[in-house]
Amino acid sequence: MATATEKPRGAQTHPDIRSYGEVNEDILQMLSRPGKWWWVLLGMSIAGIGLLAFSWGNQIINGIGVSGLNTPVGWGAYITTFVFWVGIAHSGTLISAVLFLFRARWRQSIYRAAEAMTVFAVMTAGLYPLIHLGRVWHAYWLFPYPNQRLLWPNFASPLVWDVFAVTTYFTVSSLFFLLGLIPDIAAARDQTKPGTLRHRLYKSISFGWRGTDRQWHHFGKAYLYLAALATPLVLSVHSVVSWDFAMSIVPGWTTTIFAPYFVAGAIFSGIAMVITILVPIRKVFGLEKYLTTKHFDAMAKLCLVTGLVVFYAYLTEFFMAWYSGKPSERAVFWNRAFGHYWWATWIMLTCNGIIPIMLWFKRVRYSIPALFVITLFINIGMWFERYVIIVTSLSHEYIPFAWNVYRPSLTEMGIVIGTFGWFFFWMLLFIRLLPPVALAEIKEVLPPPFRPKKKEVAR
Amino acid sequence: MSAAKAADTAREGLLASYEYLDSTVDTITELREKGFEEITAFAPFPEHHIEHALGYHHSPVRLFTLVGGLTGAAAGFAFTVFTSMDWPLVTGGKPIVAIPAYVIPAFEMTILFGALATVIGVLYNMRIPDLKGDVVYDPEFSAGKFGIYVTAPPEQMATVRSILETNEPTQIQTDPKGRSHG
Repeated sequence: MATATEKPRGAQTHPDIRSYGEVNEDILQMLSRPGKWWWVLLGMSIAGIGLLAFSWGNQIINGIGVSGLNTPVGWGAYITTFVFWVGIAHSGTLISAVLFLFRARWRQSIYRAAEAMTVFAVMTAGLYPLIHLGRVWHAYWLFPYPNQRLLWPNFASPLVWDVFAVTTYFTVSSLFFLLGLIPDIAAARDQTKPGTLRHRLYKSISFGWRGTDRQWHHFGKAYLYLAALATPLVLSVHSVVSWDFAMSIVPGWTTTIFAPYFVAGAIFSGIAMVITILVPIRKVFGLEKYLTTKHFDAMAKLCLVTGLVVFYAYLTEFFMAWYSGKPSERAVFWNRAFGHYWWATWIMLTCNGIIPIMLWFKRVRYSIPALFVITLFINIGMWFERYVIIVTSLSHEYIPFAWNVYRPSLTEMGIVIGTFGWFFFWMLLFIRLLPPVALAEIKEVLPPPFRPKKKEVAR
Repeated sequence: MSAAKAADTAREGLLASYEYLDSTVDTITELREKGFEEITAFAPFPEHHIEHALGYHHSPVRLFTLVGGLTGAAAGFAFTVFTSMDWPLVTGGKPIVAIPAYVIPAFEMTILFGALATVIGVLYNMRIPDLKGDVVYDPEFSAGKFGIYVTAPPEQMATVRSILETNEPTQIQTDPKGRSHG
């Protein structure tokens, strides 16, 4: 069988995988016995969901007053975490759709996990508008539906755009994820014993996939079209989220760089989260053959590039605040760096601007522990970035009389921490139930098996 | 469309498994040269050599995507314009129908409808969901083997078998029922 003879070893994406069958074995064994640590993590996630339910329940019963939100800071930890999770979602679509269109061959190993992360991150983000509403039972008012008062939403409002953008994003990324899973679920179906619960589950959700020429032909084309649709979508969604801020007249928000700045930030934080999640998965399930240091190097480079864009945007914001000569802008940015929230701003600048400088070094990019630590800092930094943008601007608007300081209440902290449990709960279920690495796409980039001795026939 | 036609008469089928890609592609080419067109090829991943050997060109899925996207764009503009005309609310003398702002919901609906139509189109064209148990298949095909299923009238089965055997199949299974190609 043709292996390393077809191409020099260094040119192959996965030099240590020898056959197609091996891919199935290695990846599908992840679905069999969960280790002790899986149960520990699942327990922690369920505890997080409990905390979320308790805190949210407290807010539903006692009203939004239990949060720290009040005039002038009406958007606090909830909207911060909403933007954080929407941002996390972005890199999944970037990896699955944009890098697919660019034919980046290193995406095959990571894109399934990144796509799952996207879907679960949007599910998590989607909770926040509901939580933030206060009276969650009126949530359906967000959607345009014919009602007795003959009222329609204001389609010139960025908040309505957001409803459209986020629901579309959730639907499209889920469809993309589920369609891509069909052949791999079929592979899992073929490896499980008929009659078991798992076999029946895989049989029903693989829709009777057989891998025929006809199926692959249409599948490949549909995948391309979905990628082409998802690419502008991913850019639009975080732009729309940024316009929730940029369309207002709040100092510190009303700037035209917000859309590219937010999109770069979203990809930056998302790639960081992908690395944070993949490092333990690689370790626990022994996926070194699939997630090589080259893959991590490529992700780290993407992280570095988007991180530089983000840092440049921070500096531009500060420069423009000074250069504009507007007292309100100047005051907000002075307040950011040296006011009540100086610590949040400096956490943001350190984690997103200073620490990623280490990614310039090849030794760091090839070191898995170093990447894990750096991306943890980036995750923290990106949460604080949104906190800084939202809270410092609102707390320091035009009239000094209205300035005030916001502190998240215990309920808000409980909800924010709890949603991490909610996110990781889905993530943990995913790696146990569905093939977390794309089987068919890995096989696609492996050198195809040719008859021994006689080469050159299929070309 | 097939030279080995007579679709009304009974057909038999043969399912051969191959380990190598080039054997599979060669076999398909030979079968088609001899006039056997009722072929289904199985592969563990999308393989363009096989698609090429079978003579695929465009997929009608792209029409679904296009029509879905255009419907979404039209629906997005129609809906936003209709709702603002339904209850005209003049603010600051500005136009009631604010097209630049409506581009965004219309854009999102373009993507949404386009994606939904693509998924419907691909499921329809792939003929799935299809959960009937009675299909020609071998679980090996999702792991690493390539497969070729050919149907032909009984009197031509010997020719088919000899073509299938030239390229060292790992296994040949007979299917006396000659089921349809999905």
